[in-house]
Amino acid sequence: MPILEIQGITKRYGGLTAVNNVSFSVEKGEIVAVIGPNGAGKSTLFKLISSFVPPTSGKVVYNGQTITGLPPHEVARRGVVRTFQETTTFREMTVLQNVIVAHHLRCSASGLGIYFASPKARADEVTFRDRAAKILDYLGLGGVKRLQARNLPHGHLRALGIAIALATEPKLLLLDEPFAGMNIEETDVAVEMVRGIRDRGVTVVLVEHDMSAVMRISDKIIVLNFGLKIAEGAPAEIQRNDAVIEAYLGRPDDELGH
Amino acid sequence: MDQVTDGGGQSTAGEAGGAVTRWQIISFAGLVLLLFVGVPVIFGKLPYFITVLTNAAVLSFISLGVWITFSIGRMNLAQGAFALVGGYVTAVLATRYGISFWVCLPLSGLVSAGLGALIGWPMLRLKGVYFAMTTLSLTEAIRLLALNGGDITKGATGIVSVPPPGAIRILGLTVVPPFSSANPMPYYFLASAILALGLIAVWRLSTSRLGWVFRSLRQNEDLATSIGINVARYRVTAFSLCCFMAGIGGAFFVAFQQNIYPSTYTIADSVNFLLYCFLGGLDYLFGPVVGAFLLVISFELLHAVQDYQALIYGVLMIFCMLCLPNGILSLRLRRLGERQHSKT
Repeated sequence: MPILEIQGITKRYGGLTAVNNVSFSVEKGEIVAVIGPNGAGKSTLFKLISSFVPPTSGKVVYNGQTITGLPPHEVARRGVVRTFQETTTFREMTVLQNVIVAHHLRCSASGLGIYFASPKARADEVTFRDRAAKILDYLGLGGVKRLQARNLPHGHLRALGIAIALATEPKLLLLDEPFAGMNIEETDVAVEMVRGIRDRGVTVVLVEHDMSAVMRISDKIIVLNFGLKIAEGAPAEIQRNDAVIEAYLGRPDDELGH
Repeated sequence: MDQVTDGGGQSTAGEAGGAVTRWQIISFAGLVLLLFVGVPVIFGKLPYFITVLTNAAVLSFISLGVWITFSIGRMNLAQGAFALVGGYVTAVLATRYGISFWVCLPLSGLVSAGLGALIGWPMLRLKGVYFAMTTLSLTEAIRLLALNGGDITKGATGIVSVPPPGAIRILGLTVVPPFSSANPMPYYFLASAILALGLIAVWRLSTSRLGWVFRSLRQNEDLATSIGINVARYRVTAFSLCCFMAGIGGAFFVAFQQNIYPSTYTIADSVNFLLYCFLGGLDYLFGPVVGAFLLVISFELLHAVQDYQALIYGVLMIFCMLCLPNGILSLRLRRLGERQHSKT
């Protein structure tokens, strides 16, 4: 059974169809990339999967259960966690606090227990602190964990976004443009990082513009154009696909005699 | 304030960043000593000052609630409305049904909190100036409701001669003697107890994980949702806690003044509760307390200059905001920071 199935999902904003009857599935342990030109509906698709916006029609099935219509925090609780395109963090907290807070779903203490600092709540926080430090070390943020998030350089912010998502222990991680704005070396490091996350047993779906990174990292690629899925397959197949080439490079112009 | 928190020294991480500072403990102990020993010894024979301080204590308790809604990133101008609700609950129950003040007090808090949750659920979807404006109109709406409440609220005549709190007896032993309107001292002690308990409760809240969750809402609700935080529920929790404190404060003032009118809390009062927080400093738990005491006391001191009272008060306030945009308490931190700087 695939971990994620998108079944004929459509999202309309007024007259604009952002995502049009898209279907695909993701197997457990895969890295799947969603690519497409600007405005192809990639980000909307992400919001639909993580339930941040409701679809006009169609549904998302996760582990055999329909998650469409559930509130987004409930979808996160079940293990589908997204990151954000912008460098979204809790700006007024330190890097470490960001990741400690993100362990929210792992709390075993009750609300009152938390308020009165029950032994369970204290044990939770000690665990969270250790685990947060480990996640930060793993993502190369160990040296900056005492800094306020708003003072971090751009590249670190993105890693912090991923650290926050990892703290929730996701089963399915949705990465929104994880390599945007990175140079070649930084991208190499980030690609290895995403592979490492997959090797820890997390299924990864990512939206990305950086073609070379996508080709290297993905088991499967979904191509969107104007909200429609125009291709799906392994990187090598996608590179040869006429529809994809046309979407990215344009149609040969008859009048010029090509 | 690019300070790096000293997480290293503390191992219980409930504070997620060492939020319980020695400073807070010292200032809290100092405040309790001052409230329960210092003030009675110094001002015990001056009922006027005791009355002023009683007002300041409960007003700062009420604005501590506003401080909680600030921590989730909402500017709350409805605190007067919920104080009015709490006040009327106590006034109606005490005069009509002869229910003891000691039962009315928590009940007023609960009714306000319940109403807050009910109204807050849809209203808290709004942010920024839209939320502030809606809460502002709520203050006016509740006042009009009280004005047109017919026989229950008695309209503009208000509810007068509410009996003062009676004695508390446990097993025939008088724990708390009956209050009388002639002596403000018992009210003062009750007000101080309410403030001290409120401070401990909010302190506990803001240093526990719940406080961090609240702050995460202020900083980014979408991100908070994505890590599985039920944003709507925590927002409403914070707001109804705030309303609870307003209700308690409203009930206290009914017992203290023995009356309540629709105009007891107006928009100006809601704005004042907010102002106490701003002036003291939004980043500090003691902010609303410092702000309220300073403003209430300085306003009373300016009585001497009669006609110019409001003018001087206003100029002082503008001066504070210009020179100390992060509140009066930022003064201490700045000096502390300089000292640390010169050490290194």
